Amino acid sequence: MKHTISVLVENHSGVLSRISGLFSRRGFNIESLAVGPTHDPAVSRITIVADGDEHTVEQIEKQLNKLIEVIKVKTFGRDEYLARELMIVKVSATANKRSEIMTIADVTGAKVMDITLTTMTLELCDTYAHLCRFEEVIEPYGIIEMVRTGTIAIEKGAETFNAKK
Amino acid sequence: MKMSVSQAMVECLKAENVKVVFGYPGAAICPFYDALLDAENDIRQVLVRQEANGGHAANGYARISGKPAVCIATSGPGATNLITAIATAYADSVPIVCITGQVNTDQIGSDVFQEADITGAAEPFVKHSYLLKEPDDLARVFKEAFYIAGTGRPGPVLIDIPMDVQKAEIDFEYPDKCEIRSYKPTTKGNYLQVKRVLGALETAEKPLICIGGGVFASNAQEEITRLAELMQIPVITTMMGISVFPNDNPLFCGMIGTHGIKRANKAVNECDVLFLVGARVGDRAVKTPLALEKTTKILHIDIDPAEIGKNIGADYPLVGDAKIVLGQMLELAKPMKHDDWIEHLKGLEGAKAPIEAPAGTVNPKVFIDRLAAKMPDNTNIVADVGQNQIWTCNGYKFRKGGRLLTSGGMGTMGYSVPAAIGAKLADESRPTVAVCGDGAFQMSFMELATAVQFGVDIKVVVMTNNRLGMVRELQTNGYHDRQTNVFLDGSPDFIKLAEAYGIPAVRACDDGSMDKAIDMLANHKGICLAEVVVDKDMPTL
Repeated sequence: MKHTISVLVENHSGVLSRISGLFSRRGFNIESLAVGPTHDPAVSRITIVADGDEHTVEQIEKQLNKLIEVIKVKTFGRDEYLARELMIVKVSATANKRSEIMTIADVTGAKVMDITLTTMTLELCDTYAHLCRFEEVIEPYGIIEMVRTGTIAIEKGAETFNAKK
Repeated sequence: MKMSVSQAMVECLKAENVKVVFGYPGAAICPFYDALLDAENDIRQVLVRQEANGGHAANGYARISGKPAVCIATSGPGATNLITAIATAYADSVPIVCITGQVNTDQIGSDVFQEADITGAAEPFVKHSYLLKEPDDLARVFKEAFYIAGTGRPGPVLIDIPMDVQKAEIDFEYPDKCEIRSYKPTTKGNYLQVKRVLGALETAEKPLICIGGGVFASNAQEEITRLAELMQIPVITTMMGISVFPNDNPLFCGMIGTHGIKRANKAVNECDVLFLVGARVGDRAVKTPLALEKTTKILHIDIDPAEIGKNIGADYPLVGDAKIVLGQMLELAKPMKHDDWIEHLKGLEGAKAPIEAPAGTVNPKVFIDRLAAKMPDNTNIVADVGQNQIWTCNGYKFRKGGRLLTSGGMGTMGYSVPAAIGAKLADESRPTVAVCGDGAFQMSFMELATAVQFGVDIKVVVMTNNRLGMVRELQTNGYHDRQTNVFLDGSPDFIKLAEAYGIPAVRACDDGSMDKAIDMLANHKGICLAEVVVDKDMPTL
């Protein structure tokens, strides 16, 4: 089962390697990992999507908490959070396919970033599941290149998750 | 005060009350050693003969002193040699602070001479590590390093310092305390949970206490003994918990595990409530934790929340420092009786009696038993790894104040001699005996020179059977007796070797010479060595 885990860490060099190293050496499977600054320059926030049963997730949380530079860890419950991921995809698109691809983009919410005589580059920011559906639909046109950021997530409503107590 | 970072490092060690450092110099750590030269009266500098042994010596020192101990190595190979010692300390939760030199800051990452990414390489085995690039961070980093190493679940902390940083000038002031917002170990037990754990023990018919190394780490020997005696609960230990509980106490049932005592393992299977104190239920201690948690109520105290529920599910988890939590329990605990249960356990099979040793050899169990009888109560026994370790762990009858040190988690061969040096220097009033086999001894006998050079009075026991005995036994039992690569032909004459170091030595190969050897170990002033000749087919258990 997939779990979305938010980790607040000190913004030190080497923190990311400690975290990714922890996952590999303890045999935890990472689906995606996204890291970036927060509004507090001393704190970075990492969102990890990991695969595992309850016991594994409990261990992931505890082992993450043992790292000195990890400030807080939270595993989101189902429907507790809002999640987004950005995808950029370059598809082969000759003149006769362009309008079809434009239609798919319209329906799915993707935007055209770039266009050439033979390709179109689209961006889509949405949930992991929606991105997967989009990929499925665009795939028959010929995906030349694709990048995804991995999921970032924040809790729904007025609840906050920050470095202060 | 203005000074160089190197001088400030020395001041940091003084402020942390560090009396001895173990290390090996090299180009990248020269500035620090240069500053240490001016502090010879305050900080004794022991030159080991290989960096890993410096780490093991610090390990032995830390376990006896109860405080973080320091080892030093240079960059590159010096630092990488240290990794095994770091991993050994990590596996047994021993607080050491490792200081390594690093190449100049502007050269990092360019593969210059003796460059190694040691913070990267050691990452899986450290509690925390620092690559100190900002000279002004020095005081904070040292303060944090000692604090992190010695508090919570203790462990190794590495500080890697580039040469140019060591030479930099700073304005130095050592902080009184440190505040790490993301590191606040829970030491006091949750009151309600303490009551629940106690309640479960009180309603148990066949309760059992399992003592792990965490009891030493929190210095809770008194508390656990008092609780066991008050509530009359039988006690077993893991290998790391040996010598916490006096072996002559009627409640003591021995060590559990693959190489444990039958009585202890049966006690685990038969008890209705198992109270784990600072024990992580490693695979060698409990083979089938999943089966056990189904049939037995598990109470688990640990300072590391990640250990609770990792290897065995706990019905009553209790995060905290064993000394504090047991103290909380003692305030509420009432006297109890479990006479039938204790009597029943007494009737079970204990350690196997020693078999007769072939002529020209000595039964190691008999040797260990007689050694224990002759050594004072406050003796440190430092067991290495292999058959010698199990003979020592199961056979040495520790009395109050005695102490076993061994590499329980990592099983690092060659640990005993350097760790004994460290243990002895931590408290010279305690007799210290290293027990190893001829395999492990040949991994670290170079440290005899260290002991001689610095006048460290350790006693060394080398059990020789010209075999890697435990692997040989594994091959016999698990690989159709296809014995391979376990023969130590080519080994030196260990008596002559000792003599070459100027160390008196006795070979025990029959009853008379065994007593002579033990007499030497117990009474000789200064380092000495006893070779104990053991039969090649002598079983571990």
